Amino acid sequence: MYGWIFRHLPGPLWLRIFTSLVLIAGALILMVQFLFPWMSGFTAFTDSTIGSASQP
Amino acid sequence: MVLQEKARPAVVPGAGATILRGTVQVLGELLITAGIILLLFVGWQLWWTNVESDAKQSAVIKEFAQGLRGTVPAVPEPGPAAAPVDYGAPVVSAAPGHAGTIGIMYIPRFGTNYTRPIVQGTTGDVLDTLGLGHYVNTAMPGAVGNFAVAGHRQTHGAVLDNIHTLVPGDKIYVQTKDGYYIYVFRNNQIVMPSRTDVLEPVPTRPGITPTESFLTMTSCNPRFGAEERIIAYALLDSWRPASAGPPAEIAAQVAAAVGGS
Repeated sequence: MYGWIFRHLPGPLWLRIFTSLVLIAGALILMVQFLFPWMSGFTAFTDSTIGSASQP
Repeated sequence: MVLQEKARPAVVPGAGATILRGTVQVLGELLITAGIILLLFVGWQLWWTNVESDAKQSAVIKEFAQGLRGTVPAVPEPGPAAAPVDYGAPVVSAAPGHAGTIGIMYIPRFGTNYTRPIVQGTTGDVLDTLGLGHYVNTAMPGAVGNFAVAGHRQTHGAVLDNIHTLVPGDKIYVQTKDGYYIYVFRNNQIVMPSRTDVLEPVPTRPGITPTESFLTMTSCNPRFGAEERIIAYALLDSWRPASAGPPAEIAAQVAAAVGGS
């Protein structure tokens, strides 16, 4: 899959490497901004309040 | 089995085999990707949220310090000290709105750079980035009753990571715009998360009218888990108005946090 994407990127090799890095960086930013905060709602050890059922 | 396989003629990959191989390869790559994302998530949660929260909390303290400009004496009076001055009943300010900064907490036991903001509210937006969260239904610092705050044991700044290292007699300083509230740590307790009675005006004694000022801190227990809660109780020992300057023991820390001038 990744090989297929890499082969279909336009331009010479250095440009394709550069584009790949940009795509990876973009994916990382999306994960940190949206995916991880959403996922952290499912982990247990972030809740430090008492009676959290009544205090969301 | 082996013999049978050897006897089988060499397979020329047909269209079906190519599709199958491609599917397996894509599936494998997706699974590897999922694994990497999970590892990144662990790194993000255990490390990056601390970096992010530390920066945000420093900003909150800076903002709070700007609001204090002019009310904190430029140089804490050196004085011969010794005799503790009684400044009378502590001033109790009104609670700010949601996510408003109440003050700063200094706990020398947690290190000389332990300077964390106390912010109104115990919702995720407060606790995950801004620091210690004040339970909105509990008293304000200095008031007779229970001033209760929550903080993360791990992740998002890990503001109460060392809560189990407190020793009876340890001082806990709360600085607000009105002055300094000096609490003395008494004991820890480990309870189930449903034990809301630790937030009562007299902790764990519902219905009793308080005569003293408590400080109650709640955090996760065990570390890296949330099956239980660890509670730290402290009692108000003394109070000094902002005009009297910070207590000598934390003067350097206060100067570093909010600036001496």
